[in-house]
Amino acid sequence: MIKKLTIPAAIVLLSLSLASCVHLKEYQKNRINDSEMTLGNRKAERNEINFQSYRESASGANAGKTGGGCGCN
Amino acid sequence: MKKIYLSILGFALICRFSAYSQVRLDSVTHKPVTSLYTPVVPDSSTYKSRPLRIDEINLVSSYYSQDGKHSAITGGIGTEQVTDISNGIELKLAWNGNTHLNTLSLGLGIDHHTSASSAFVTTTGLGKKDGSRVYPSLDWTTENTAKGSSFGIGSYYSGEYNYKSLGADVHFSQKTADKNGEFGVKLQAYLDHVTLIYPSEFIVALSAPAPAGATYVTTASGNRVLVSSGSSGSKVSESLPTSPRNTYSASFSYSQNVNSRLKVMLLADVVKQNGLLSLPFHRVYFSNGKDTIERLPSSRFKLPLGVRVNYFWGDNIILRTYYRYYHDDWGSNSSTASLEIAYKVSPFFSISPFYRFYTQTASQYFAPYEVHSVKDTYFTSNYEYADFSSNFYGVGFRIAPPKGVFGWSNFHELELRYGHYTQTTELVSDVISLSVGFK
Repeated sequence: MIKKLTIPAAIVLLSLSLASCVHLKEYQKNRINDSEMTLGNRKAERNEINFQSYRESASGANAGKTGGGCGCN
Repeated sequence: MKKIYLSILGFALICRFSAYSQVRLDSVTHKPVTSLYTPVVPDSSTYKSRPLRIDEINLVSSYYSQDGKHSAITGGIGTEQVTDISNGIELKLAWNGNTHLNTLSLGLGIDHHTSASSAFVTTTGLGKKDGSRVYPSLDWTTENTAKGSSFGIGSYYSGEYNYKSLGADVHFSQKTADKNGEFGVKLQAYLDHVTLIYPSEFIVALSAPAPAGATYVTTASGNRVLVSSGSSGSKVSESLPTSPRNTYSASFSYSQNVNSRLKVMLLADVVKQNGLLSLPFHRVYFSNGKDTIERLPSSRFKLPLGVRVNYFWGDNIILRTYYRYYHDDWGSNSSTASLEIAYKVSPFFSISPFYRFYTQTASQYFAPYEVHSVKDTYFTSNYEYADFSSNFYGVGFRIAPPKGVFGWSNFHELELRYGHYTQTTELVSDVISLSVGFK
């Protein structure tokens, strides 16, 4: 039981640490506003995520399919 | 695990110290006695047109090819050769309201696939080996740029010869006061219908002789369907029965700019499915050699949790990382970890090698060929639910020059990406994708 909760607990701890983040001014955002820094899938990754959801049991938490919409899982 | 905890706590402490040094209040207050600033009152009496414009057009095409030895159609053995050509276009239209930016996204996807194992839905091996899928989508989002909030609704349809899907979603997002964080939520539902195409050996033969002049059509699975009675001259179409499958999900995300080089996003989905969750043309062979149709529970609960961390390292390297933990009530747990290193050769050209590792435990309902007992309540030999690990690696190239790709100003982005995928179940695949964007 403890082992199962280890990884979700680590994610929760990481989220609590976000409360202490700096306040960025607009002129300080040149790096984080770079197109490669986007927190999301690339457009070219869309079909990769689809075939991974067809071949694997897991899906979701990646802005892809969580289930339904096709004859897959 | 202690090291991981200590590392995360140390990271939090570093953030706190840096935050304190950046947000200490200025003790000197300035109170000007007079001001030369005269506020401008906007003229709201004249009409201002808000033209609809094409904001963006995106095209994505992919070619996918796989092979393996554990087809679910033949009970966990047999070829898994599949090829798929996928094409999608997305058109984004935008117009400005008085305080809102509205975006209408129209999407259309068309896939065509071939599947060697589909031929064995019939025991003769002469069944339909290919198919097409069409999936349009429509999304409207309105954004209040002043308040940093957005709201939208979306709808989707997917149609292929053995599956029809209708979906809709409502989504909302809100930025933090300093615009460095954003919270998002999406509620989604898919109302699907699975066409009941059974393996041919399970189709009941016609008990009554066919009337004179009647026309029958043999379907992909060997079903004989009456399409014309012949006697009256009118068409009588008996379509295959369907069974519903519904999926409801709530997706949550929170993103945060941690500092000038680091961004983090947390993702969580809660998914509930009910209805026919197996596929009617998947076989299972029991330990006594008898075969039957796959049977799975009529409900499933899924909980994926993910985190993305992107870091701008030095002047031209971006580290894009992702981790997901997944749990469902069919007994399957998995972990996904990926790393992509985007190297900016120039401000407008980048090369991105990537690697993804995935590992999962088997569902309690899975067993290989001729392992299931006839006493089992639920059974599948679909290796999607097996115990395995996988590796996916490849490279991507992205070009986005300010004057446009090949000097065409509207052609703002081109991306090419290749990946090779292997599973410990001996499944191997390759995928190559091309994405182009116009503005």
